[in-house]
Amino acid sequence: MPGNRRAVRSTPARTQARTRTRTHTRTSAALAAAAAVCLLAGACTGSGGGTAEDDPNAETTLTFWHGWSAPSEVEAIDANIDAFEKKHPNITVKVVKNVSDDKLNQALRAGGDKAPDVVSSFATDNVGRFCSARALADLKPFLAKSGIDPAKTFPKPMLEYTQYEGVRCTLPLLGDAYGLYYNKDAFEKAGITEPPRTFSEFDKAAEKLTRHKGDSYSQLGFMPNYHGYETTVEHYGAQFGVDWFGEDGKAANASDPGMKKLFQWQRGLVEKLGGFSKLERYRSSFGDEWGAKHPFHTGQVAMQLDGEWRGKMARDAGVDFEIGTAPLPVPDGETESYGKGYLSGTVIGIAQSSPKQNAAWELVRFLTTDTGAVVDFANAIHNVPSTLAAMKSPRLNKDPDYRTFVKIARHPESRHAPGSVNGAAFLLTLQDLGYDYESGREKNLDAGLEKADRQIDKDIAQAE
Amino acid sequence: MTTMHPGLRARRRRSLLRTAGFLSPWLIGFSVFFAYPLLATVYFSFMKYDGFTAPTWNGLENWSYVFRDYPFFWPALGNTLWLVAVMVTLRVAFGLGIGLLITKIKTGPGLFRTFFYLPYLAPPVAATMSFVFLLNPGTGPANTVLDFFGLPQPGWFKDADWSKPALTLLALWGIGDLMVIFMAALLDVPKDQYEAAELDGAGAFARFRWVTLPNIAPIVLFAVITGVIETMQYYTQPLVAGKVASGVIGGSGQQFEPGYPDESTLTVPQIVYNLGFQRFDTGSACVVSLVLFALAMAFTALLMRRGSGFLSAED
Repeated sequence: MPGNRRAVRSTPARTQARTRTRTHTRTSAALAAAAAVCLLAGACTGSGGGTAEDDPNAETTLTFWHGWSAPSEVEAIDANIDAFEKKHPNITVKVVKNVSDDKLNQALRAGGDKAPDVVSSFATDNVGRFCSARALADLKPFLAKSGIDPAKTFPKPMLEYTQYEGVRCTLPLLGDAYGLYYNKDAFEKAGITEPPRTFSEFDKAAEKLTRHKGDSYSQLGFMPNYHGYETTVEHYGAQFGVDWFGEDGKAANASDPGMKKLFQWQRGLVEKLGGFSKLERYRSSFGDEWGAKHPFHTGQVAMQLDGEWRGKMARDAGVDFEIGTAPLPVPDGETESYGKGYLSGTVIGIAQSSPKQNAAWELVRFLTTDTGAVVDFANAIHNVPSTLAAMKSPRLNKDPDYRTFVKIARHPESRHAPGSVNGAAFLLTLQDLGYDYESGREKNLDAGLEKADRQIDKDIAQAE
Repeated sequence: MTTMHPGLRARRRRSLLRTAGFLSPWLIGFSVFFAYPLLATVYFSFMKYDGFTAPTWNGLENWSYVFRDYPFFWPALGNTLWLVAVMVTLRVAFGLGIGLLITKIKTGPGLFRTFFYLPYLAPPVAATMSFVFLLNPGTGPANTVLDFFGLPQPGWFKDADWSKPALTLLALWGIGDLMVIFMAALLDVPKDQYEAAELDGAGAFARFRWVTLPNIAPIVLFAVITGVIETMQYYTQPLVAGKVASGVIGGSGQQFEPGYPDESTLTVPQIVYNLGFQRFDTGSACVVSLVLFALAMAFTALLMRRGSGFLSAED
């Protein structure tokens, strides 16, 4: 299970003063709070001159920040660090767990003695910024030094989301693949024998599995709405082969046939299953995505688009039906690409400001390319391995559901949405269009997509 | 000009130094936490700055981006102004109402004070999460109760029309701070004025209008001004409510759509954060911070000026 839990800032403590002087203080505090963001950001620039001249065989201590927080996850990464320290007795690794991406961003901006040497992040969307701003060191010279050919080591989609415009500032450290979970018992009752392979088969299955009850449902085949947890534009987009940007780097969603098909298919399924309002009302009865009352666990939905973690979570929640897994369907007429899916995952890199980059590389190299380490970690935290060798390892978890997702990760046409200098802003713009289109607020899809493209270009121009 | 006696000059210098010495903690605080951040904010609002690479001059581009092209600025400003108008008014009215009731209670006033004050002590994140749970339109107890009485069941945090009223309910629940302030002010109103008013035949409303209100006017003004400033900085509750209600509280590489649902809970401080730390656009974040500051100053100045009529000389 990914652990991208963002830190929440608390409001400043409330003051209980009664005089005008104190009110003035409060006003000052308001100003200070508003301005502090800029002060903190402005006081320092993190792109210090990292050098790669340190001796990796010298006695040294590295600081490694990661975001995993669940006890089993922390235990697994600690086990890997122990194995590394045994292999490199001269390097001690100081591990800092449960680091949010926000904290990581600020540390990379700040640099300095307390900044980490090696960082891992769950937000693949931020790789564009980290690479373009050189907050993380380019790993190409290190890979060359160690004789590692990335193309032969890592799956292609994972290699893509770990670099930005030719700068490879991160490497994949385990991944997440997205596919279809289905309730086998519900399939049997509905007389469906095979998981759907095309979207029209999928729609038919979703309709067959849907049981209306008054103005709601006793069971919904699939929740297509964009707020339905993992049902996001980028997750659907991988199946429709959308390219997001043209060769000139400008947003090209309006002219992408896949994108248009995606929106039309999604909207069509919303209508087939009872319409937006009815689905939204039903969606509001869903439990938390990461809790035991997830609608797939409770039987409220019979099919779920999700990552490799859902199977284990569903079993842990004690579901009383048999679970099936398969790749998500593909558009009609594109069955040759069946098996692909959306990929994302954890990335790891070396802080540009670190004076111990060679030693840091040893740690990154071990965690990302040592087959034993990758397999152990993948098995322990139930994520998809991030090297081709680890994916073929006989020691890898043999659970067939898990293997479905490993296969999706290995599929050559699996993809991730591209990196961008402003993180996931472009995806959110498209997602906003998705809300407007599925609810009927936006009636003209072409105009909506063109408007979204203009907005995406403006946002990127502002960030570049 | 006559020359100053050396002894007098030395005395004046000492006095000046002494004054400066007494003022220095404030001066240091003012410079470090007020003047420098303000100047830095103004400076960075004209710079292209991602926080990693050195800032470069950007002219008015950040300003034009925020006002013209950034899609969340106007919705966030609209929401913040809505909250300032509705939430502050209701909080002051409700706080005053509860304060009045509690000062009148003869039996067990301590119990009631505790009862109304306790929610204020709940950490904002926990309180907000509880409210999202209680007001969950499908599974929460609030709608079950409404259903029982045959009343309509709003979508609360999952409905763009109801999310701000839901946040207002949460703010009213945590009214303890204002209640305490109003209670103290109400207890300070001289009893003889009430007695005189009663002798003149004033009813309950007349006593409130002509005795209570003039006496507590400075406190009402204080509550309104601090309420406006606090609401303009409203960040935690709408963020947590949006995140929890949308269900996107985790997910690999998944980004949260700010202001769920449909930007209805997006506030200005949230977009400062979104621009500065999620889009790496510190310059535009500074522009929004300055707008927020200017608005807070303008509201405060306006209220102080309007409210000055309420205040007597000794306030």
